[in-house]
Amino acid sequence: MSALDAGLVRSLAPQVIGVLVRRGADFASAEDAVQEALLAAHEQWGQEPPRDPKAWLVTVAWRRHLDVVRSESSRRAREERVDREPPPGPTPSDDDTLGLYFLCAHPSLSPSAATALTLRALGGLTTRQIAEAHLVPEATMAQRISRAKRTVADVSLDTPGDLSTVLRVLYLVFTEGYAGEVDLAAEAVRLARQLAALTDEPEVHGLLALFLLHHARRPARTLPDGRLVPLDEQDRSLWDTALAAEGIGLLQGALARDRLGQYQAQAAIAALHADARRVEETDWVQVVEWYDELVALTGSPVHRLNRAVAVGEADGGRAGLRALADLDPALPRYAAVSAHLHERAGDLADAARLYAEAAAVATRTAERDHLTRQAARLNRDRG
Amino acid sequence: MAKYLMLKHYVGSPAPTNDVPMDRWTPEEVDAHVRFMDDLADRLRESGEFVDAQALSPGGRWVRFDGEGRPPVVDGPFAETKDLIAGWMAIDVDSEERAIEVAAELSGAPAAGGRPLGEWIELRPFLDDRPNAAE
Repeated sequence: MSALDAGLVRSLAPQVIGVLVRRGADFASAEDAVQEALLAAHEQWGQEPPRDPKAWLVTVAWRRHLDVVRSESSRRAREERVDREPPPGPTPSDDDTLGLYFLCAHPSLSPSAATALTLRALGGLTTRQIAEAHLVPEATMAQRISRAKRTVADVSLDTPGDLSTVLRVLYLVFTEGYAGEVDLAAEAVRLARQLAALTDEPEVHGLLALFLLHHARRPARTLPDGRLVPLDEQDRSLWDTALAAEGIGLLQGALARDRLGQYQAQAAIAALHADARRVEETDWVQVVEWYDELVALTGSPVHRLNRAVAVGEADGGRAGLRALADLDPALPRYAAVSAHLHERAGDLADAARLYAEAAAVATRTAERDHLTRQAARLNRDRG
Repeated sequence: MAKYLMLKHYVGSPAPTNDVPMDRWTPEEVDAHVRFMDDLADRLRESGEFVDAQALSPGGRWVRFDGEGRPPVVDGPFAETKDLIAGWMAIDVDSEERAIEVAAELSGAPAAGGRPLGEWIELRPFLDDRPNAAE
């Protein structure tokens, strides 16, 4: 096992990129130089890392960067500018890393470009790993990342960024799930932790809390053969109580700041589920109240759809169906929610038909199979 | 080695021998079917014959270019569609005989009553776009 383990690489890479950009390197060259420095570290460190791995990487990456700049003879002016920069030494400030988050979630980037760049520059994943996690060819992902780098090449790290775009990118990474050896949900948790260490912003802590609370349920969410287990059927003894407790602690800290946002509201809902040791103990009235807050904050039809499920649990299937009434049936998961509420209201024939319809429009294989099974269960029980 | 595409159809193939729609199976029969599909892919990976597999959602659209500066024509999905692909598995095998063997295995996935589904699999050879080095 090399001293350069993945955890170390991933925590150092963004910091080192931040230093290089601060010193005047453009983002794309900084990122390339750091990748080369990591490669050198892999070859040279052996069993023991240097005393100050970060300083080592900064020194080597900066040297690589200067080599590249110098070799571009047509860019004399730039070389002079770079040469005037201070020699490697001090470690990066938190502001540099925070700036990198803003850069990677820059509004000029498409969501797919922003998530890829974030995973590469902040997550320290290789292009191959990012490609594998998104189930696309490596060449496609390489192209996506290099286009993204060109797009933000001229953006300064000092430009104040919008935290909400950063949070949206991390949320997207989290919901991508996991394929192959790369676990994007775990990656999003790591990136959110790193971000939460850089800022007190309650929504950042709310997002991390939300991730932890969802992540805590993961061991119960699928069976070993890949079958989905819905929340109300999960074996709650499999939930990771330590992760959930950490999420709840973070959420309480964030809520105490009295600046509610959508991620805190979503985390509050997840916390109420975590509190219920058995599904029957769920405080659905409070869940609905938090959904009301959430819908007031975002107006999102997806949140209203989920609110209808909660209303169905709190006040019965009919009430849930009334909450669903003014929503667009073309919404993702509308048929699945409608099926569930019809079943709860005792309309089993409609529910079975709707489950089959929902299976036909499902976007994930496990979800489709689950909905098909639900239709099959109702049809069997009805004889 | 030659590559073959095994196409499964929602609509467009003759009826399977065990013709019961999936939502009329028992949940256990659905599970057994899904497990069989995963296992088949795994077996083909192990034998070094697996290339790719993908399931498709039935809700597709038809799109056509409609002239410069004009929005594309988008139509469908059509209820009366004649042919609807459900998904595919691509394999790389030694012979057409072997391809037929694998397609038959895929067709025999367990279905209602635990009996083989017997759906028709469309077997299509890939056109090889590599130059022939021997000529």
